[in-house]
Amino acid sequence: MKTDIILAGVGGQGILSIAAVIGLAAVKEDLYIKQSEIHGMSQQGGEVYSHLRLSDRPIHSDMIPKGQGDLILGVEPLESLRYLPYLKKEGWLVTNTSPYENIDNYPDPGQLFEEIRKLPHHLLVDAAALAREAGSARAANMVMLGAAEPFIQVSDDHLIAAIRELFARKGEKVVETNIKAFKAGKAAAERVG
Amino acid sequence: MEEKLFLLGDEAVAQAALDAGVSGCYAYPGTPSTEIMEYVQASRQAAGSGVVREWSANEKTAMEAALGMSYAGRRAMVCMKHVGLNVAADTFMNAAITGVNGGLVVVVADDPSMHSSQNEQDSRYYGHFAQIPVLEPSDQQEAYNMVREAFDLSERYGVPVLLRLVTRLSHSRTGIRRQPPREQNPLRLPSDPKQFVLLPSIARRRYRQLLADRPKFMEESEREDGHNSYTRHEGARRGILACGLAYNYLMENFPGGVPYHVLKVSFYPLPDKLVRQLFADSDEIIVLEEGYPFAEEMLLGVPPRTEPVIRGRLDGTLPRDGELDPWLVGKALGLDLEDPEETPGLAVPRPPSFCPGCGHIDVYKALNVAMEKYGAGRVFSDIGCYTMGALPPYNAINSCVDMGASITMAVGAADAGLVPSVAVIGDSTLTHSGMTGLLDAVNKKSPVTIIISDNDVTAMTGGQLPAGLGKIEQICLGVGVEKEHLHTIVPLRKHHEENVKIMEEELAYEGVSVIVARRECVRVAAARKKNKNR
Repeated sequence: MKTDIILAGVGGQGILSIAAVIGLAAVKEDLYIKQSEIHGMSQQGGEVYSHLRLSDRPIHSDMIPKGQGDLILGVEPLESLRYLPYLKKEGWLVTNTSPYENIDNYPDPGQLFEEIRKLPHHLLVDAAALAREAGSARAANMVMLGAAEPFIQVSDDHLIAAIRELFARKGEKVVETNIKAFKAGKAAAERVG
Repeated sequence: MEEKLFLLGDEAVAQAALDAGVSGCYAYPGTPSTEIMEYVQASRQAAGSGVVREWSANEKTAMEAALGMSYAGRRAMVCMKHVGLNVAADTFMNAAITGVNGGLVVVVADDPSMHSSQNEQDSRYYGHFAQIPVLEPSDQQEAYNMVREAFDLSERYGVPVLLRLVTRLSHSRTGIRRQPPREQNPLRLPSDPKQFVLLPSIARRRYRQLLADRPKFMEESEREDGHNSYTRHEGARRGILACGLAYNYLMENFPGGVPYHVLKVSFYPLPDKLVRQLFADSDEIIVLEEGYPFAEEMLLGVPPRTEPVIRGRLDGTLPRDGELDPWLVGKALGLDLEDPEETPGLAVPRPPSFCPGCGHIDVYKALNVAMEKYGAGRVFSDIGCYTMGALPPYNAINSCVDMGASITMAVGAADAGLVPSVAVIGDSTLTHSGMTGLLDAVNKKSPVTIIISDNDVTAMTGGQLPAGLGKIEQICLGVGVEKEHLHTIVPLRKHHEENVKIMEEELAYEGVSVIVARRECVRVAAARKKNKNR
């Protein structure tokens, strides 16, 4: 078993929280894991990504080799496209549809979706709406984690336990909102799948 | 299964130092090294054992304090990014001559591809320059293990030991197995009271000692159970020399085993014997290393050797600059890898930008207006969030070179006749390396206007406590800035007109003016509010 995931978004969108949840869950399952993160300058509203590698055998490279990623998980549609060089031909692109427009030359979102639909395996999720329904627009990242659940070979129980662990210090309400968001994302993915 | 910690490479280094009985950790924040100190600061283990762990004003003061702790017999670690070692280089080079008493480990995180840096210098050259042992882990577990050993090595040979990290290792998280913790050293003076007195007569003796120890470092490098290992592949004509992280990229490409001779290097000086063996077994050697072609140049020699053929970054087998990745390494080894998809043109770059509401924005808006009558090209800046003032729509600054260079470059430009010249520097950068330059400016009454864009925090690296908190005006006055030409303003839209006016007046003054533009970092303010409400 080996799963290579590229997480993509903009600094501040909670990419590293998604990575941390999957990481914590994977550790509970005794999987080998490597999770490469971007810190520093790009975190200030710039492009941010994380490479997450899970395997039942030791992993060598921290970076996913180009053309070998199983899944791009985007919290932002433009950012999800940026990392296509890392996706394998039969890989999946799963992304939130809400654009984060903090640059002047942000492309027409319609064109972005058209580009995404060219891929053989893609899934567009309105994570912003689902997150609001769950109780907080900030939980869009957990909606996307839920939407990616079918592609990640880590059990739900462990993922939910990891969400609890990660958000515990922010109080029970935040924990519940994030779990609700996760479940909403998962349901959305299952409807399509 | 034994419990593993899920740690960044940086955090593994920090945990290892704590487990190795470190008594003091010294650092100045800098990507990709910052998380080492942050981990030590957050650690209950460190709190419980009283490990010293405050940020230093800069990398040089950090290294000097670490050397002082080593003098007193205790173990010390000092951490910085690659360019930080330039700042600390004076101490670093001389610490190789004084030697150590308690173990001293210098951790330097290089940033190939310049993700968050102004260059991609390779710290292995510094280790070579100082003639001390350098350890370069290939993964996070090795980093953990090596810190433990680095302290032992440092005490065994009485020299500082350099641990070289790179961004991808520092900022990647994985499961780490710990070793049982070791007690801290007791306070113990050096047996030779003159060891650290580098008067020429003593320095010559100390230097000869360092040179005499070189063969011992080579023995370490060639040790069978050490960090350099040679694996011969029967029948192969090609050899690979893989340093540090690059070894993992090699292994990634050959899940079933590498069909070449492989010399894995994680300890420098390079192992003479093993390199000789690699030469004897191979017609062609490919050197894989992150950073500069350090090992490749050594293997090539002068004049460049032709047998075996040495390939790597110098002959174009690999790119001359930028970090490696598994795909580049696979291609260099001639594997039949498909060209990856290209990023669609629609996915335009998204550079970092100021946070909405950031005080630096108001500083630049006011400065741009105040500078209108003088024209562009007069604003020297420095390293921090405010460097983004170089980007549109502000296009407000004309330099960013090293920590503190804004003030001194403005002084030099004013010397050349560019009057007025302006410096924009942050509070943390000022206390890092700007204060001495300010003193130069005051002493020569240089016609410069210095704007200290003070957000009460070291923001770019994530919000560390700055050394000059609450002391900026006192520092300026203490250095000799005239009271009448020291102003404190609040960079807010509602103060725009008066801020422009103050800047215009001071730009017209033919002497040193300092304008402290102070408003708390919006991210820090938000975090503080959130903590209060909890």
